[in-house]
Amino acid sequence: MSLLQPEFGLLFWMLLSFAVVFIILAKFGFPVITKMVEERKQFIDKSLEAAKTANEQLAGIKADGEAMLAEAREEQVRILNEAAAIREKILSEAKVSAQIEAKKQLDEVRLQIQAEKEEAIRDVRRQIAVLSVDIAEKVIRTNLTKDKAQMEMIDRLLDELTVSKS
Amino acid sequence: MKNLVYKIRRYTWLLLLMFLPVLPASANESEGKGEVDVKSIVFGHIGDSYEWHITTWGETHISIPLPVIVMGQDGTWHMFFSSEFHHSPTGEYEGFYVAKGGQFDGKIVEKNAAGAEVRPLDLSITKTAFAIILNSILLCVIILGVSRWSKRNPNQAPKGFVGTMEMFIMDINDNVIKACIGKGYERYSPYLLTVFFFIFFNNLMGLIPIFPGGANVTGNIAITLTLACCTLLAVNLFATKEYWKEIFWPDVPLALKPIMIPIEIVGILTKPFALMIRLFANIMAGHSVILSLVCLVFITATMGQVLNGSMTVLSVFFGIFMNILELLVAYIQAYVFTMLSSVFIGLSLVEHHHEAK
Repeated sequence: MSLLQPEFGLLFWMLLSFAVVFIILAKFGFPVITKMVEERKQFIDKSLEAAKTANEQLAGIKADGEAMLAEAREEQVRILNEAAAIREKILSEAKVSAQIEAKKQLDEVRLQIQAEKEEAIRDVRRQIAVLSVDIAEKVIRTNLTKDKAQMEMIDRLLDELTVSKS
Repeated sequence: MKNLVYKIRRYTWLLLLMFLPVLPASANESEGKGEVDVKSIVFGHIGDSYEWHITTWGETHISIPLPVIVMGQDGTWHMFFSSEFHHSPTGEYEGFYVAKGGQFDGKIVEKNAAGAEVRPLDLSITKTAFAIILNSILLCVIILGVSRWSKRNPNQAPKGFVGTMEMFIMDINDNVIKACIGKGYERYSPYLLTVFFFIFFNNLMGLIPIFPGGANVTGNIAITLTLACCTLLAVNLFATKEYWKEIFWPDVPLALKPIMIPIEIVGILTKPFALMIRLFANIMAGHSVILSLVCLVFITATMGQVLNGSMTVLSVFFGIFMNILELLVAYIQAYVFTMLSSVFIGLSLVEHHHEAK
């Protein structure tokens, strides 16, 4: 039966040591540990949340970057196209102006040639008139007066000749 | 291959060690020594004593003397070491002696004026009290070490021992206390965690067979009585109005009230009583069974070598089995005590919810 009889001395020491242990651990032991674990849990949760938002932001930035890149590429294509068009335009304009210029020059040259031709024809006619008068003098052995009326007549004759020929 | 050789060697050594007690026992056989008093060995261990007996080597007892603190009949305090009893030839010191037989067997007594044995007020630091104090100090050191680490390294995951302890504490906190009490568990969790670790640590120390351990602390009724009284206070001191109403004016027909009210009042006391007896009986039984199994070796020492050898092997195997089982029991009993305390506290925190019907 002595096993079932609590000893007073033992009760006293047990109560004392348990109370001391309880006070010490309840003040400096368990609450500190549970609080720290709770805080750490919150810290981890917060960190995870932050990492998640950071990831989202990163994904957003990536998407933004890709969009910007695509836009830039589009712009590039557009600019290139524009440049090509401008080049074409410039080239065609240059061609047109060159043609006009060339035509103008050609016309001028043609006019000049015409003038020179006419000059040459006039010269030839004068020579022919002189020659024909000389020939006629030789034929009739007399000097024909080279007056104005005679020269005009020869001219007329020449005109008739050329007109009938052409 | 090398591993196998090691294994064989190890098991051979183990077997040899098992048979080791057989050799001196069989050598003593012819001397025909007295019977082994198993009852006194077992009860001597699970009971309390004024000194910490470590071993007996031949005729000399090796034990650690513990302080005796008693208040005699004359109202004066006496403090001396229990070894003084052995030093004096009559076993008496300052009028006190350890009773042999009778009502106060094994306790310190003195003679009163009429010559009858009476017990003085005995606050001696006995073996169990010494073990409680030692284990309490160790427990405080361990838990405070963990809490200091957590304080020094905020927002860091602990490793090793601190990590294990933290996991353990949080497991009890979240899965037992929080789950059983529910809302408002924070107020009770330091107490319940202290109870759990106090019981668990003392149980574990009781399983270590050498000096600082081995004392039957939680298998002593005084210890479990104190713990149960603490739980009784924790349950009833902060109970809600609803809880008291259910006890003194339960929701039953009027004719049943005279029966129900005493039952409910007895129920207040049976809850901690069950806690007390369960812990006490489990740990005491565990210690007794292990000790009896060890004693089996010495009982069979006189029964011939074959029986003794086989019983030694058997008792060692059973001893190992019981030790492992007790390791489990050490945890389960601490767990059950904490869980039931939490449940009782949770029941005492009932809110008024009958309106919903």
